[in-house]
Amino acid sequence: MSRKKDKSSPLKKIERMRSMGMSDEQIREYLSKKGFETEVLNQHLTKELSPEELQRELKEKGLIQEDLKKIGAQRGPGRGGPGAHGMMGPVKKAKDFKGTMKKLLSYLKAYRTIIITVIIFAMASAIFGIVGPKLMGKVTTEIFTGFISSLKGGVGINFDYIEMVLLTLLGLYILSSIFSYIQRYMMSGVSMRISYNLRKNIAEKINKLPLKYFDQTSHGEVLSRMTNDVETFNQTLNQSLSQLITSLTTVVGILVMMLSISVVMTLVALLILPLTMFSVMFIVKRSQKYFKRQQEYLGHVNGHIEEMYGSHLVVKAFNGEEKSIETFSRLNDELHTSAWKSQFLSGMMMPMMNIIGNIGYVLVSILGGTLVIKGTIQVGDIQAFIQYTRNFTQPLSQLANISNVLQQTVAAAERIFEFLEEDEELADESNLESVDHLDGKVSFENVRFGYNDEQIIINNFNAEVKSGQKVAIVGPTGAGKTTIVKLLMRFYDLQSGQIKIDGENINDMTRYDLRSQLGMVLQDTWLYNTSIMENIRYGRLDATDEEVIQAAKAAHADTFIHMLPDGYNMIINEDINNISEGQKQLLTIARTILKDPKILILDEATSSVDTRTEVQIQRAMDRLMEGRTSFIIAHRLSTIRDADIIFVMKDGDIIEQGNHENLLKQNGFYASLYYSQFEHTA
Amino acid sequence: MLRLKSYIKPFILLLLIAIGLLYVQAQMDLALPDYLSKIVNIGIQQSGVEEEIPEILTVNDYEILKEFLDDGSIELLETYYSYSENHDFKLDQPLYVLKDLNADEEKAYKTSITPAFNMIISIRIQMNSGEDMIFNDQKIPAGSDVISILLNMPAEARGEILSGMSNNMSGMSDELASQMNINMVKTYYEEIGVDIGNMQSKFIIKTGALMLVITLIGALSSIAVGFFAARIGAGVARNLRNDVFKRVLSFSNTEFDKFSTASLITRSTNDITQVQNILVLMIRMVFYAPLMGIGGVIRALDKNVSMSWIIALAVIILMMVIGILFTIALPKFKMIQKMVDKVNLIIREHLSGMLVIRAFNTQKFEESRFDETNEELTKINLFVNRLMALLFPVMMFVMNGVMVMIIWLGAKEIADANMQVGDMMAYMQYAMQIIMSFLMLSMMFIMVPRASVSAARIADVLETDITILDPQQPSKPEVNKKGLVQFKNVKFKYPGADTCMLKDISFEAKPGQMTAIIGSTGAGKTTLVNLINRFYDATEGSIEVSGVNVKELTQEDLRAQIGYVPQKSYLFSGSITSNLKYGKENATVEELTQAMEIAQGSEIIQGEEGLNKLVAQGGQNYSGGQKQRLSIARALVKKPEIFIFDDSFSALDFKTDAQLRKALHEYASDKTMIVIAQRVSTIMNADQIIVLEDGKMVGIGTHEELLKSCDTYYEIASTQLTKEELS
Repeated sequence: MSRKKDKSSPLKKIERMRSMGMSDEQIREYLSKKGFETEVLNQHLTKELSPEELQRELKEKGLIQEDLKKIGAQRGPGRGGPGAHGMMGPVKKAKDFKGTMKKLLSYLKAYRTIIITVIIFAMASAIFGIVGPKLMGKVTTEIFTGFISSLKGGVGINFDYIEMVLLTLLGLYILSSIFSYIQRYMMSGVSMRISYNLRKNIAEKINKLPLKYFDQTSHGEVLSRMTNDVETFNQTLNQSLSQLITSLTTVVGILVMMLSISVVMTLVALLILPLTMFSVMFIVKRSQKYFKRQQEYLGHVNGHIEEMYGSHLVVKAFNGEEKSIETFSRLNDELHTSAWKSQFLSGMMMPMMNIIGNIGYVLVSILGGTLVIKGTIQVGDIQAFIQYTRNFTQPLSQLANISNVLQQTVAAAERIFEFLEEDEELADESNLESVDHLDGKVSFENVRFGYNDEQIIINNFNAEVKSGQKVAIVGPTGAGKTTIVKLLMRFYDLQSGQIKIDGENINDMTRYDLRSQLGMVLQDTWLYNTSIMENIRYGRLDATDEEVIQAAKAAHADTFIHMLPDGYNMIINEDINNISEGQKQLLTIARTILKDPKILILDEATSSVDTRTEVQIQRAMDRLMEGRTSFIIAHRLSTIRDADIIFVMKDGDIIEQGNHENLLKQNGFYASLYYSQFEHTA
Repeated sequence: MLRLKSYIKPFILLLLIAIGLLYVQAQMDLALPDYLSKIVNIGIQQSGVEEEIPEILTVNDYEILKEFLDDGSIELLETYYSYSENHDFKLDQPLYVLKDLNADEEKAYKTSITPAFNMIISIRIQMNSGEDMIFNDQKIPAGSDVISILLNMPAEARGEILSGMSNNMSGMSDELASQMNINMVKTYYEEIGVDIGNMQSKFIIKTGALMLVITLIGALSSIAVGFFAARIGAGVARNLRNDVFKRVLSFSNTEFDKFSTASLITRSTNDITQVQNILVLMIRMVFYAPLMGIGGVIRALDKNVSMSWIIALAVIILMMVIGILFTIALPKFKMIQKMVDKVNLIIREHLSGMLVIRAFNTQKFEESRFDETNEELTKINLFVNRLMALLFPVMMFVMNGVMVMIIWLGAKEIADANMQVGDMMAYMQYAMQIIMSFLMLSMMFIMVPRASVSAARIADVLETDITILDPQQPSKPEVNKKGLVQFKNVKFKYPGADTCMLKDISFEAKPGQMTAIIGSTGAGKTTLVNLINRFYDATEGSIEVSGVNVKELTQEDLRAQIGYVPQKSYLFSGSITSNLKYGKENATVEELTQAMEIAQGSEIIQGEEGLNKLVAQGGQNYSGGQKQRLSIARALVKKPEIFIFDDSFSALDFKTDAQLRKALHEYASDKTMIVIAQRVSTIMNADQIIVLEDGKMVGIGTHEELLKSCDTYYEIASTQLTKEELS
């Protein structure tokens, strides 16, 4: 890997290395070896710099040219633009072209037979097409000589000959078109199948990845692999494969045909090529500069628009309209200049190609005319030659562009494979006994945990929770109250120590068995775009409608559900905002009631729910907790005071535990937390 | 599209120039095949001989010709040719050189002199062929000088032979006759020793040079068109963007609600870019296509009328194929988009619900749910792909078929001397150009509707009336009532809604007091404070700020008095300083630091960068609590008369919340404070608490009063406070 490539996105690199399980120390060492500005990256690694700030820093220092995020964001709309822009946009390069190419080829192995057939058909179609002009030229020659001879009283045009050649020609063209269609037909079958499988693999992979992975990777990134990358991969694969074959065959075939007509004329026609290449490169280079600039300003303008519209309340409340318009017109003017320049320059491509093509055309006409007079070639040959030169440039520029397309394919494939090859969650040990009943006794023994080995946040935690007890977890915002929950659910594995349920280590159960005994109601309610009935049934997929309704009643949700249009059949919309926050909470409670778990994890609502609903939620939760061991992330005073045990958390660690009275007596962190709540300003 | 036509107006001149240039470009593109045809017809077939009339005659032949002509014709011959010893023709003998003839003279020449000339030449050809000749049943042996024999004949007999020959000629078509004439001239030139090869290459090079010039002019105009198109496109986009942006900034919440913020963003960004791109494409292709197509048709008809049905047929077939394909495919395209959205939705749900999915062991269920949609998407995608894959092979076949047909029919036309080979070659190119321009036009039918959707969406924004306007003659706030907020029987209904959001709201918020508003979500708390800011206008009743109805103040004057902290903390990209100074440009560092202290945000600005810490777009690099505190500090820096806190402490923990309120109380003791809160503990010390339920005030008073008198308030309080605190 060259250093230049590394420089393109250190940020991505860090993310990748982290997700590979490298420690920050290792990353730092690696980066310094590679000659990076370690100071900036160090700051990022020690969390002083947010990714955005890091990006800005790196950009200012010239270590990365583009806003990483912006490129991603603009790929979407950019595609809709006029064709000429397609090849101007920045091309994402693969980090390891060779390696990925290998993987890609082995991935395509399954489709080997079809692909080879596609290649054969593509070649055949191209070849049949190439023979055409030469045959047509022959006919023209026959017409010409026949006519001249008729002027001189000769035999005239041989129509039988013409008819025969033209019929052959027609046959060839029909075959060419049919082969071309078959090739396209088969290729879209292959590429669609591949996309389907890739999407399926990605979706399944999500379930197999440890949650740790998602702490470091944004959902947007996974989503973009699923959509953008698969789409790019599919399109470019289709394009690069059939174009490569067709263009290559065409170029070689035309070259052979041209040489068969006249070597001199071929040389002249080929002379045009470097001319074309230079001028295209000249324009591309220039217009790319402006194109990049245009995209950059477009990003600024759009960013400003988004920001101002999004916070128009503040803009208005602070009388910021004028200032905002001023900034906007400045950005807009900048965009205008770069926009027309880039538009103009990229638009020059076609006329330039045209003029060079026409120069070739004229040269061929002159030279051809001269050669005909000398009797070296025939009149029809000029016609054929002109057609060949015209058909020559397109496949050639396609070939020139193919490395770009291939880069795109491989880059997209790389990102997809990268994802598919991420380390998966440790598999459940085999031959574990299945667990179907638990009492709900939970014990934490010497629990030591950190999201990575360097940062241990829970050092040595011990606790004993008896069956049916209520445990309140308290602490300031961001103290890591959900950590304990995640450990219990075995979303993360411990560094050392063990968590036991009914005396058995949770690692000795399958995740499936463990989780089927645990119920979870988080504040961050999750519902999906289907009916309310199905959303509740999610708790136990084989539950009957009757059971679902019972659960809803138990969760005090039945009443409001009946008041909704369509009742239980009401579809929750895609943005999940056609029912209120509180109602969502009730549905998730109903869902958990339906699951009927032995151990319960609850997250109490804080602010966003209105008071009436909150009372109902409270009642529903109380009902849910009956007879179950419960862990409650508590905000409500009454819950905390009623709890059998309180875990007090701070900075990710559990620093105190005991019941309310005991903890107050300790006069530690819990006590100060408790009093601060009622320390009134008066 | 038409609704935005006023935006084209400033560019109308550029547009006209562009169209003019397009015309030039089309003419040039169309001229080229014509020249190729000349190279083949004249340069090759006629060896560079362009005229049917010999330009020179040797002295000897001049005299012979005279012998075969009647008196009138001799006179013509004498006026048309003049004797010259120093001529430009590379022959070392004196010549008679033709003067420039006009069309009438040419015609006269062809009827009276050409037959004789042709006869002489053809006799000579025959003589050279070494075969015997037969004249008036008289056999003339090969090798004899037929011309002298003829000259010695009596004039009458000669005349008879001549008229017989011209009768022969008149049986031919004009085309064939002129071919014949040119052939005679060529033969004559060869005979007298003119360097035909030289003439030929001269002609070809001359024509080639002309073609290059034409190419150049065409390319230059097309580049110029590109320039104008780019200027127009980018210019229109800039003006649109400016106007839309200004318009949207002057929108009140009513208009924002009508469109939704996301839609307004798309309209100002993507839609405008879309219009720009289409505009450029329209100018370059859509205007060009008819110019090219019509020009092509004219030229093709000029070459040959009888074959034009081939082109018409090809165009009709292509249009039909495209029409059928797209009518089937277009609705499917929409379905594909829907399916793609659905795949995305499911994956988004899958990702956001990861914990839930694992907790409920529903991985397999999710996979099969995804698989169903994936399967559907694949199926429909495959169908459309395979359908569209038809287009290219069919197009290729039709075009190639046209070529074959033109050659087949062209050969017959050529045999009948209705056209020449070069014309046929040119005809093929015209056919391609015509078909191409129709293809371009059909592109337009696909693109323009898309653009006009975008254009209409932009026009919707530009044509929306703004509901909240400044008064014609604004009043100024009253000094002695500074900071006083009064609601007088206010009723508010959202536009289009059936029921009132707020009803019978009357209260006063005095300076130095804290007025709290509490109530369940949807009770109308935020709506109420939005009326103070005049984000909406009250439907009935009036709201007075500093003693003046808010509708009588300019929006700027009104809002300058208010420090507003919205429910959601919006921060702008930039630095902490730039955000804090948003309400007061000239605030000092001390003021900023103080505001941060009061807002309990000192810890945010600790460290080297301090106030210069960067803020990413939307403040993504700060936590919810930090954003909220920054947003509070921003309002504090403004030093307004009235503070409005719309549930602004929700992301803070109890301790910070309490400290902040304490500091705030000390700092703004003489200001009007209006606080919306969910937590009773936040507001229990307020001077007055307004309890809202379903848009009505169900209680107003202090915490203690309300506990006793207001059921709703008691209910709220009971879930949050201990039993001791409630009593």
